[in-house]
Parts: sequence; structure tokens; C-alpha cells
Amino acid sequence: MNWHILTDNYDKLLSGAWTTLWMIGISLFLGLIIALFTAVMSTSKNPFLRWPAETFSYVFRGTPMLIQLYIFYFGFGVLLGSIEGIRETIWWPVIKLSWPWAVMAMTLNTAAYTCEIIRGAIQNTAFGELEAAKSMGMSRTKMLRRIVLPSAFRRSLPVYGNEVIYMLHGSAILSWVSIIDLTGAARQLRNQYYDPYVPFIGAALIYLFITAGIVFVFKQLEKNYLSYLNR
Amino acid sequence: MAFVFSVKGKAALSNLDVIVEWSPILIKGSGLTISVAIVALIISLFFGIIIALFRLSSLRILNFIGASYTTIIRGIPELVLLLLIFYGGQQFINDARFAWADKQGIEINAIDFSPFWSGAVVIGLIYTAYMAETLRGAIMAISSGQMEAARAYGLSKKRIFFRVTLPQMVRHALPGISNNWLVMLKATALVSLIALKDVVKISSDAAKATGLQFTFFLSAGAVFLAFTTISILIFRYLQNRYSVGFVRVS
Repeated sequence: MNWHILTDNYDKLLSGAWTTLWMIGISLFLGLIIALFTAVMSTSKNPFLRWPAETFSYVFRGTPMLIQLYIFYFGFGVLLGSIEGIRETIWWPVIKLSWPWAVMAMTLNTAAYTCEIIRGAIQNTAFGELEAAKSMGMSRTKMLRRIVLPSAFRRSLPVYGNEVIYMLHGSAILSWVSIIDLTGAARQLRNQYYDPYVPFIGAALIYLFITAGIVFVFKQLEKNYLSYLNR
Repeated sequence: MAFVFSVKGKAALSNLDVIVEWSPILIKGSGLTISVAIVALIISLFFGIIIALFRLSSLRILNFIGASYTTIIRGIPELVLLLLIFYGGQQFINDARFAWADKQGIEINAIDFSPFWSGAVVIGLIYTAYMAETLRGAIMAISSGQMEAARAYGLSKKRIFFRVTLPQMVRHALPGISNNWLVMLKATALVSLIALKDVVKISSDAAKATGLQFTFFLSAGAVFLAFTTISILIFRYLQNRYSVGFVRVS
């Protein structure tokens, strides 16, 4: 096997890995913010708040991320590109990029899954905590901000760790919309050297390493924030 | 939706015509998607239970094999494994066959992996790792009194597994299996990237040919949404069936 492919091109693989990391980083951050709102909406008693949030999560969790990526990149991208005169405006350099569309698709995808995670945690809040908050005379929003959400966030940590890993693995499709992520770099090396094993094995090892890192970080976070649950 | 977004601004009627024109092959692609998923489900359940038993075995070596399999597979993206096995596995087997043929002094042709079987088998083997964890949890959830009673009746190990463990673990395993199935169903979209003509591949071909991106990608999305919805209903029915005789707490 030609292991020298990896040592000769480690810079390409690493820059691919960096692309993967910052793209999922932005998506996870934005997705978490959206999920916070949709999760609170989906636990609301008002159907006009609950219904849109539930539909959003149902649709985005019911379809593959690949199709969502295609819809955003090929659908909206081409649609905007075909508008008369848009190529002359200042927005064109942004619209013709592929990564904002990919980030948008990944953000909405992770938002839908994270929404379900946080919603589950909110609904599992211990009744005593709510009772205590009410008897302290807290308003609904204050209760949400001070009691329900902090506690729900902590309890969703372990499941959210899985979601982060799921995003890392799901982002492997990015090279099909011309983004050179880690998988994309491996595919380029495969085409360059006609070697079907070594580039993918190298990429797989880096993914394994990143996954182990994420697992480690979440173990530490759980130790910090969930230690009160271990008796 | 499709009419509003039609990229080339065609009339609504012609848009509908295009869908009708492509629908037989889209339906065929949807059939392929569901067949890949079902083959993968069968493979993952079969090997999943073997790996689960490995992990519960008292033999150190089996335990180690089971644990490494689940850890490594779950640490690597499905797509990378799919590409590695589809391209690498094909070359590996052909290289091995050519080496053998050279030794025997005969001439053979290279074989091509069928994208259907390699896609289904690879996805099945990947989700084996996830199924193994689910099934291991389900086996451990059976109360130990059941096993003790079975042993006290003098049932053999094999009998205990088929008569006591298997029927009872289904109830505990169903929610996990249902989750894995839904993820697996969506993961089959990846086989379109190794040129298998599933519903995603066909809709992206159609989108390229006609320029109606939204129409075709939204149809592919709708097909998946329909599949997941039906699956959820089926699993709800199964869950109720296998929980007969258990009182629901809450």
C-alpha cells in the first residue's frame, strides 16, 4: 500500500479537516440558537406556536440531509442565480459561494434534531423544580430563563454529544456540492493517485480521532455540569 | 410549491407534465431505496445480534472483537466507509483474484461490484454496530429471574436464547430498532453517490435534465417523508403488540 500518499499530502487532508470543523462549528452554533426557540415553541400550549415548530422538526428529521443540501444549493442557489441582473449586485459574490448554502442546510438539519433533544429535556423537568419556582412567585418567562432552560440544557448534554458526532459524520456529503472538506480531500487524492484505499483510510483515521476528541470533551462537560446527578 | 419555484418560468401545466413523465422512474427509484433499506435492516439485525452476544459473552476475545467493531464503525462517517468498501473492496478482491489466477495460470476478467448489493451490505454492516448496542441493552433489560427460571428448568443455552431471551427482548429493543431504522432509511440516500439509481439519484438526474430543481428534490424529500411516516406508524403498532400484558406506567 502507498502510505506515502498520506505523508506527502497531510497538509491537504488537514486543511480538509479544518473546513469540516469550522463548517460544522458554525452550523451547530446557529442550529443550537434556532433549536432553543423552536424547542420552547413546541412545548407551548398555543397551537400557533407549537404547530410551526413541530412541522419544522418533522420535515427536517424526516428527510435525508443530502436532499436538504441539494434543495438549498441547487434549488435556491440556481433560483437566485437566474434572477435578472443579480450578477451585477454586491450580493453575487456571496450567492455564488457554495458554503453559505451548505451551512444553511446543515444548520436547519441540526436545529431540527437539537429541537427534539431540548424539547424532551424541557418536558422531563422535575415537577418539584417548577413548583418551587412558582411558589417563589416567578413569572413564566423568568421561570423558563432561570430554571427550566438551564436545567434542560444540562440534562440534554449527553444526547447533544451524539448529535455533534452525527453532524461530523453527516458533513461527509459536503464534497458533492464542491466543498473540499476532509472527505473531499480524500476523494481528490484518490483521483490523483488512483488509489482507492489509502486516502479513505487516512480520512477515516482523522474522523475517528475527531470523534474521540468530541467524546472526550463531552465527558468533561458532563463531569462539570452533571456531577450533581451522580449520587 | 413546484409551480411557484419553477426555475425557467415554464407554465404550470408543462411542469405537471414533466412530473408525470418522470414519475414511473421516480417510483422505481423509490422502490430501490426501500429495498436497499430493507436488505440493510435484515443484515444489521442478523449481525447485530451476533455482535451483541459477543459483547455479552464471558470470553475476553469475543468481547474485545465486539467492542472494537462497534467503536470503530461508529467513529467513522458512513459515507467514508461506503466509498472505502465500494472502491477499495472492489479493487482488493480483484487484485486477490488476479493473483490467484496468475498462480493457476488461467485468465479471468475483473468483476464489478453491483452498487445495489455493495450499498445495501455496507449500510447493513455499518448499522450492525448501532443495532448491536440497542440489542445488547435489550438483552440486559430482561430480568435475571427469567434466566434463572429457565436454567432451573434445565433448558440448554440455545433453548434459553430462542425461547426466553429472543421473545422478551423484542419489546425492549423495538424503540431502539425503530430509531436505527429511521436513521438507516435516510442513510440510504448516500447510495446515490456510488451511482445507484435510487430516488435521490433519479431526482437529481431529472433536476439536471429539466432545470426544475425544486420540483424534483422536493418530490424526493416527500418520498422519504412518506416512508418515515409509514415506518413510525408500523413501529407504533408493533410496540403495542409486543407490550401486550405489560401495564404502562406514567
